[in-house]
Amino acid sequence: MNQILRIAFFALIVRPLMMIVLGTNVRRDELLPSSGPAIIVANHNSHLDVFALMNVLGLKRLPSVRPVAAADYFMTRRLRRWFATRIVGIIPIDRSKIRREKGKHPLDPISEVLQKDGIVLLFPEGTRGEPEKMDEFQSGVAHIARRHPEIPITPVFMHGLGKALPKGEALLVPFFCDMFVGQPLDSQLKKRELMKQLSVSMDELAAELPTEAWD
Amino acid sequence: MSYLAWEIRITLISIFAVLAVSNCLLFLKMRYSSGSDDTLIRHRLRTWWALAGLFSLALFVSPNGGLVFFGFISFFALKEFLSMSPTRRADRRVLFYAYLSVIPQYYFAATDNYQMFLVFIPVIMFAWLPTRMWMIGQSDGFQKAAATLLWALMITVYSLSHTAYLLTIPLGKYTPEGTSDVLSLAEQYPGPGLLIFLIIMAETNDIFQYLSGKPFGKKQVSPKIAPGKTYAGLIGGITLTTCLAGFVGPLISPMDLAHSVFAGLMIACMGFAGELCICALKRDLKITNFGATLPGHGGVLDRVGNLIFTAPLFFHFIHYCYHQ
Repeated sequence: MNQILRIAFFALIVRPLMMIVLGTNVRRDELLPSSGPAIIVANHNSHLDVFALMNVLGLKRLPSVRPVAAADYFMTRRLRRWFATRIVGIIPIDRSKIRREKGKHPLDPISEVLQKDGIVLLFPEGTRGEPEKMDEFQSGVAHIARRHPEIPITPVFMHGLGKALPKGEALLVPFFCDMFVGQPLDSQLKKRELMKQLSVSMDELAAELPTEAWD
Repeated sequence: MSYLAWEIRITLISIFAVLAVSNCLLFLKMRYSSGSDDTLIRHRLRTWWALAGLFSLALFVSPNGGLVFFGFISFFALKEFLSMSPTRRADRRVLFYAYLSVIPQYYFAATDNYQMFLVFIPVIMFAWLPTRMWMIGQSDGFQKAAATLLWALMITVYSLSHTAYLLTIPLGKYTPEGTSDVLSLAEQYPGPGLLIFLIIMAETNDIFQYLSGKPFGKKQVSPKIAPGKTYAGLIGGITLTTCLAGFVGPLISPMDLAHSVFAGLMIACMGFAGELCICALKRDLKITNFGATLPGHGGVLDRVGNLIFTAPLFFHFIHYCYHQ
C-alpha cells in the first residue's frame, strides 16, 4: 500500500465526493470500532460502499482499514489491480477457488491483518448483486470469527448507493447514503448462530428505513 | 472594495452580533440553570454561525458568490428530497437531468435572463423529464414518479432560485445608464439588501413563532401535521415579523414603509405555509427530518421550508412594484 497516495486520495477525492455529490446519514457512528483489531460487516450494493464506509471511518483510522475484496475481479486488469491494492488497500480473496493450498488457509491473509491490529471490512453477500436487495450472507465471516473469537464484529446496514451507482452502470447519480450501525455481534457463537444473529441484526437495521421502494 | 453598501455591511454585522448575544445567553443559561438539555440549541446555534458566515462571505465576494451559495442549497435540498422519497430505479437518468437543471436555472438568474428563468423548469423541464421517462418504457408507477420529481424540482430548484435572482434583479430607476456615478452603492446594487431582508424575515419568523408560542401557545394550528405550531405562536410570529419588516425594510432595501410591512406580513404568513407543507411531506414519508447536513436543524430542506413559497412571492412582488 502507498499510504501517502492513499491518504491523499481519500482526503482530496473521496471526502469531497461524499460531502458534496453523495452524502452520508450515519446513525450511531459511536458504535464503530475506534481502533483495530476489529471486523465490520456490511451489505453490498455498489462499488461506492467501500469508499463511503472508509470515509466515515475517517483519515485517522484509514491506515489500519483493509477491505476484503474479490481477487477474481479486482486482481485482473493492471490498473484496477494497482488501484485496488495500493490505494484502496484490499485484502484479495479468490471467490472461485476457496480451498487449502500447501497447508495455507484461504483466510490467512485476513488473520494476518487482524493480528496487526487492522480493521477489516467485509461484505458477506459476496457480490453487489441486485442493488438495494440484501442477498444471503456467506459464512466466511463465521470462519473468521472462529479463528478470532475475541475480535468484535460490527454490523453496518447501508442503503442508497445502489441507487447512486448500481452494478453495471457508469453514470453516477447523486443520492444520500444511509448507514445504520448496529451493536457488535457475539463472536464466540457457533457458525450457525452467528450467521443467524448477523442476519437478524441486519434485518432490524434495514427496518429503520422509513420509505418503501417503487420498482 | 466590495460592492456591498455600508447599510448591508452593518446588517450583516448585526446578524453576527445577535448570534453572539444568543451564544452569551445560552452560556449563562447553561451556567445557572442546569438540568435541561441544550445540546440541540447549541448545535443549532453553531450551524447558524456557519451558515451566516458562509452566506456573508459568499455575498461579500460578489453577487455570483451568493448565487453559488444558493445553487448549492438547491442541489442539497433536491438531493435530500430525492433520497428520502421513493423513486423508480429505472428513472436514474431522469433524476440526473433533474440535478443538472440546477445549473441553467441559476445561470439564468446570474445573467438576468428573466424569460428563460421563468420558463426553464415549469415549461422546458416539465416537458423534457416526463418525455425522458416514457422513453425508458416502464409504465408502472409513472404517475407517482413524474409527480414526485416535478414537485421536487419546483420546490427545491425553481422556488429557491428566486432568492438568487433577487441578487441580480435590475430595478428600473436604480440603474439608469451613464448616471451610476451619482448613485450610492445601495442604489446600484439593491439585490443584497432585498435578499437579506427576505432571509432575515423568513428565519426570524421561525424564532418569533417559537418565542411567542412557547409561553402562550395552547391551541394547535394543525395537530396532526405540526403539533408544535400553535395559534399564539403563529399570530405572535406574524406580528413581530411585520414590525421588524417595517423597521428593517426601509433601511436596507428600496422598499418604503408600506411595502416593507406588506412584504413582512406576506413572508410571515407564507413562510409558515411553506414550513407546514414540508412538515406534512415529512409525516407522509415517515421521517423526522431530511438528514443531518445541518446539525441541530436536520437537513437543508428542513431549514428552507419557509422559503419555498416566500422566495417566488417576494421576488414577484419586488419585480411588479419596482422593475421598470
